[in-house]
Amino acid sequence: MQYVDEFRDPELITRASEEIRRLADPKRHYRIMEVCGGHTHAIYRFGLKDILPSNIELIHGPGCPVCVLPMGRIDDGLAIAKAPNTIFAAFGDMMRVPGAHGSPLEHKARGTDVRIVYSPADALELARKYPEKEVIFFAIGFETTAPSTALTLMSAKAEGIHNFSVFCNHVTIVPAIRAILDSPDMRLDGFIGPGHVSTVIGCRPYEWIARNEGKPVVTSGFEPLDLLQSIVMLLRQMQAGEAKVENQYKRVVPWEGNRAALKAMAEVFELRPYFEWRGLGFISQSALRLREKYAAWDAELRYSVPETRVTDPKAAQCGEVLKGVLKPAQCKLFGKECTPEHPIGALMVSSEGSCAAYYNYEYRKSLVTRISSVA
Amino acid sequence: MAHGAGGKASRRLVEGLFAPLLYPGSQEPLNDAAHLEVGGTRIAFTADSFVVKPLRFPGGSIGELAINGTMNDLAVSGAKGVAITVTFVLEEGLAASVLEAEVRAMSKALKKAGAVIAGGDTKVVERGKADGMYITTAGIGTPLPGIKVDARSVRPGDKILLSGPIGDHGITILLARGDLDFEADLCSDTRSVLPLVEALAAECGPGIRWMRDPTRGGVATALNELARDSGLGIELLEEEIPMHDAVRGACELLGLDPLHIANEGQFLAIVSSEYADIALNALQQTAGGEEARMIGQVQVEPANAVLVTTRYGGSRIVDMLVGDPLPRIC
Repeated sequence: MQYVDEFRDPELITRASEEIRRLADPKRHYRIMEVCGGHTHAIYRFGLKDILPSNIELIHGPGCPVCVLPMGRIDDGLAIAKAPNTIFAAFGDMMRVPGAHGSPLEHKARGTDVRIVYSPADALELARKYPEKEVIFFAIGFETTAPSTALTLMSAKAEGIHNFSVFCNHVTIVPAIRAILDSPDMRLDGFIGPGHVSTVIGCRPYEWIARNEGKPVVTSGFEPLDLLQSIVMLLRQMQAGEAKVENQYKRVVPWEGNRAALKAMAEVFELRPYFEWRGLGFISQSALRLREKYAAWDAELRYSVPETRVTDPKAAQCGEVLKGVLKPAQCKLFGKECTPEHPIGALMVSSEGSCAAYYNYEYRKSLVTRISSVA
Repeated sequence: MAHGAGGKASRRLVEGLFAPLLYPGSQEPLNDAAHLEVGGTRIAFTADSFVVKPLRFPGGSIGELAINGTMNDLAVSGAKGVAITVTFVLEEGLAASVLEAEVRAMSKALKKAGAVIAGGDTKVVERGKADGMYITTAGIGTPLPGIKVDARSVRPGDKILLSGPIGDHGITILLARGDLDFEADLCSDTRSVLPLVEALAAECGPGIRWMRDPTRGGVATALNELARDSGLGIELLEEEIPMHDAVRGACELLGLDPLHIANEGQFLAIVSSEYADIALNALQQTAGGEEARMIGQVQVEPANAVLVTTRYGGSRIVDMLVGDPLPRIC
């Protein structure tokens, strides 16, 4: 497959990993955060940790939109979807995410009309298909998915489709990175910048990280070679004592971002004063809501939202894992009470969450290694 | 729904409720078909239900699937299907032409399999209570001589064979449902695997330790079950696993693991190492087995787990499917 196979070429990958070994100072420990959940998933899926030197530690960041969504928002969305003649439409990722009263799939089993959609446009199509029903689209995601929600709302408005509304949970990546950098226990050397988000916002919004915090950022693609090349670029900067933003994912990410997508977002959304993130708490100006001119399609205004607040179990140490202070397996609940089948903490929820990725791809392997070494 | 998806929840339901109450005291691993002795004669016996939506899809239909799926469960247990019962649950309002088409498809598949219908039943339920038609089957077969399929006889060093490319059926169904706005040149792999199993049995019967058709839950779930039942580890070589580009592309796009995607007309076989090359050759020389590959081996560690070695020498654990495969946002 074009644009995939060439980034999985074993020879090029071997060359890149040799370059990493050459560049990495053996006396130094490097802590690099991959911001995006897609990167976390790819790192485990391709077994990249096994081919990196042990002094390069990859820290999994906050870039999984499903993981960082507070449980109460899921409960709120499902509560309003209980109204008769209502269809609750959401992405596949959301279906197993538990609210305090069950996941969308469990609500479906109890009779709520829950549908998996592959895009917001598919949810609007449901509204066209079932004019007698109310369709609520549970919008989630960073700037990656927000433009398609915006364009869908623009279509709904243009066509005058009024049996459609959006329960907006879109969040923005930069405040989350800022919250992590502001954390006093943070010790990071650089960032693998989020590739998908950057296709929309470009690379410029990360320049303050390099300028003010002195940390290099390399926006990266999702194939093994992309990630290894990004690490090479970060190490080169560190070796030269530089901190700047670089774009490894040039084939997809324009430096200035996607103007059309940004324009659509600006037309439909405005920043919320504050929003709660699972594991990170309240972060100001970190999420989007619908502008007043789209109030007619805003589920939060059209329905009586219970505004449920569910605090994560105290024992779940999601915040520390998100900030890279703890490794997934160091959390007290990991692999015991909290598993992908019964997620308790935020990061075990989606397949892209660092705990779920670690559990699915590494956990049992590490147990086996531990048992062998003990023996 | 997860309890019917063939993954962890299905296994838990069977092991936690069905087996203790309906099959108390048994230590037998869960197989696709039971081998019983009835009046001094050994028979293989299996049952299955088919609830596929849509009823017809590129490469097959529910009727054909019902026959081939039942015959395949018998085949991978080491038996040739001889007779089958069919129960139809029909939804009120189902077009007679749809039913007739499915019966014709079943008739054709039966003839090909060399089996007969031994009986059946028909029920009609109210409109909205079924997706057009459900089919439930039971199948009886005679054991193929010289084969004993049992996870407990699997040994470290045994090789893992796969009869052909994975994921065709699952991705075809996903696309045929029309929820996704893209097309791929892909057909379900629904077919009888009996000719391939017979070829394998003829060439290396004593070398065959275990077989399974990786239907719901895919190759990952079937091999995880083997790992658990044998107490051994499975090492897969990622680059050896055959897969069509369309399946790979769809899985990349949707964030699905092809090892979790359902298959219909493929099977996995564990063969002792001395028979491995002969077995692979036997499959590749048989019509429909040209794309068969040796995809890994059994080893002591990681015990009870499946490990994939990537093309770059990295490795990852592959777990059983949890619920249905769900696509990712990005």
